[in-house]
Amino acid sequence: MTATDLTTDVLVLGGGPAGTWAAVAAAAAGARVVLADKGYCGTSGSAAAGGNNLWYVPPDPAAREAAVTARLRSSLGLADTGWMARVLAETHLRVGDLAAWGYPFPRDDAGAERRGSLQGPEYMRRMRRRVHRGGVTILDHAPALRLLRGADGAAVGAAGLHRQDGGRPWTVRAGAVVLATGGCAFLSGAFGLNVDTGDGHLMAAELGADLSGMEFSAAYALSPAHGAHTKGLMMMFATYSLDDGTVLDLPDPLAGRDRVAALLAEGRTVHARLDRAPAHLRQAMRQAQPNYFLPLDKAGIDPFRDRYPVRMVLEGTVRGTGGLRIAGADCATSVPGLFAAGDVATRELVSGAVSGGGAYNGAWAISSGTWAGRGAAAFARAGVQDGAPPAGAAGLAAGRTRPADVVEGVQRETLPLDRNYFRTPAGLRRSLAALDDLWRATREGLAAPTHRDRLRAREAAALVAHARWMYTAALARPETRGLHRLTGHPTDPALRHRIRVGGLDDLWTSPEPSARETSTVAGTTATSRAAAAVVGLGTTAAAPDGTAVPGASAAAEAGR
Amino acid sequence: MIEVVRAGACVACDICIKVCPTDVFERGADGVPVIARQPDCQTCFMCEANCPTDALYVAPLSGPAPAGSPQADQAALEEAGAFGAYRELIGWGGGRTPGSRLDRNHVFTAMLERGGP
Repeated sequence: MTATDLTTDVLVLGGGPAGTWAAVAAAAAGARVVLADKGYCGTSGSAAAGGNNLWYVPPDPAAREAAVTARLRSSLGLADTGWMARVLAETHLRVGDLAAWGYPFPRDDAGAERRGSLQGPEYMRRMRRRVHRGGVTILDHAPALRLLRGADGAAVGAAGLHRQDGGRPWTVRAGAVVLATGGCAFLSGAFGLNVDTGDGHLMAAELGADLSGMEFSAAYALSPAHGAHTKGLMMMFATYSLDDGTVLDLPDPLAGRDRVAALLAEGRTVHARLDRAPAHLRQAMRQAQPNYFLPLDKAGIDPFRDRYPVRMVLEGTVRGTGGLRIAGADCATSVPGLFAAGDVATRELVSGAVSGGGAYNGAWAISSGTWAGRGAAAFARAGVQDGAPPAGAAGLAAGRTRPADVVEGVQRETLPLDRNYFRTPAGLRRSLAALDDLWRATREGLAAPTHRDRLRAREAAALVAHARWMYTAALARPETRGLHRLTGHPTDPALRHRIRVGGLDDLWTSPEPSARETSTVAGTTATSRAAAAVVGLGTTAAAPDGTAVPGASAAAEAGR
Repeated sequence: MIEVVRAGACVACDICIKVCPTDVFERGADGVPVIARQPDCQTCFMCEANCPTDALYVAPLSGPAPAGSPQADQAALEEAGAFGAYRELIGWGGGRTPGSRLDRNHVFTAMLERGGP
């Protein structure tokens, strides 16, 4: 069995939107690029299955400023105006590229092209083609298991296995690494999200990277009870009812989801019917969200006529906002040579405490991917280190515990609404005790007789680590804010700051220093040898009062 | 989850084996793909969308179809015209208009911006 052994300038891990934009940008900057995906670049990840709207505002200064101001308010004070302005500008340019490459955007009734929505299969099929044409070497079904640690602690490549080739090992030595491995949805089955197991967060943490916003991780979405198809936008037309036909009084069905969640948490059955949809819009609804209707059509349900039972499916940090802390304008992490793009990174910079699901995450993936790709290409000019060993071992020691049992154990603490959607300090502590036990078992060793089990073992370790960061950060925020709902603890204006979390065996948290000190937009970063190729955009504006804006978070989450 | 591979329609192109993001299929001895790891299926419909001969059916259920379910019954599904539904919706295949050209999301996001329907 011959191992793959490659040397390149930039290694991109993950082939969803963020990874493909990073690969395109790095190649355009003159770097040699290898992209490795756990699954298949073009179908893998949350965007390919679902598609998303985009936070897309044409370059009209007043419209851009209004969009940033509105988002800062809905972010409950934790977003960053400089970063938001950058995201709007970069996204607009890159979507222009996508149009030039031939993405078939629709025209509205007035004949104007509308570029604010991307249909997943079409979008990602074209992104793969673009990556390929850029000269990038694509490795499909090539999960990375570990990063390589250079002499100075830098990320200098990765090692993994070829899943469809008997587990044949691969090593890619690189001048810089872009992580674009997605968020973590705990194998909940949510539409297209089972590839998102937090592998990148674990690999990065094993090199010493820290995270931010992990308490904003209780993102759930409604789906038909028989499936896990979490497309939310059409639920703006929903009427919800109980088994006995009692209609829930929810004037705004999107903002009313807490009520639906509370009933489901009590074990009640809740039904939905899209009977608020005007007849003349129903065909347009199908054309807007074909994959909302497909699973219902297949099940023989007409959602305009029939009521169907719903459930809430965890989307974790895919549509929550927490992830690797961004330490520079080039999306550098706190580890030299390691860049983060898309959902693996914290999205607090554009979403603060609320979900960026759909539009905001879609724009973030495009822009952060582009910056990370450029940043990695610049960093890689210092050269490639030889002989660096892989770092990190969680879940890879041989033992007796089955990975599937670890996954089940994590899911017991993370999936139920009464543990994660509605959190309590005592419940979080109980869950953390169970998760600490699972971490110890994982450290002692997992049973992995085949190469596929080895991947599952690594995923299991990543899930445990993720859940521990989530709940440790949650305990450091004794209030309710956005996606962190702590029963009996209302929003506390004194907690209007971000919270960092890190560590593997022993976890730590710390409040982020004031926004002025940490604004990373204007300057270069301590961890990056690359000059931040970004104009100064000033420091973070004073955040508004962190009071909740009713419905803002729900509307944002549904905008996918 | 993926339930049916129609051997008669399959041209053994291996595309589904390649594009499945969760590595559910194996190549069978006759070249027709076998559903080797159904529990790993995430019901994302990507195999169905990419199958050039509409030989695959992914049921809308997040678990395996119960015994006797029409969702796993090839003849019943053929009768109902259930194969190839997603590919048609997204407009893939010869002579079709890409579904993204018909995208009407802007109508609904504009509604949200106005505060609801």
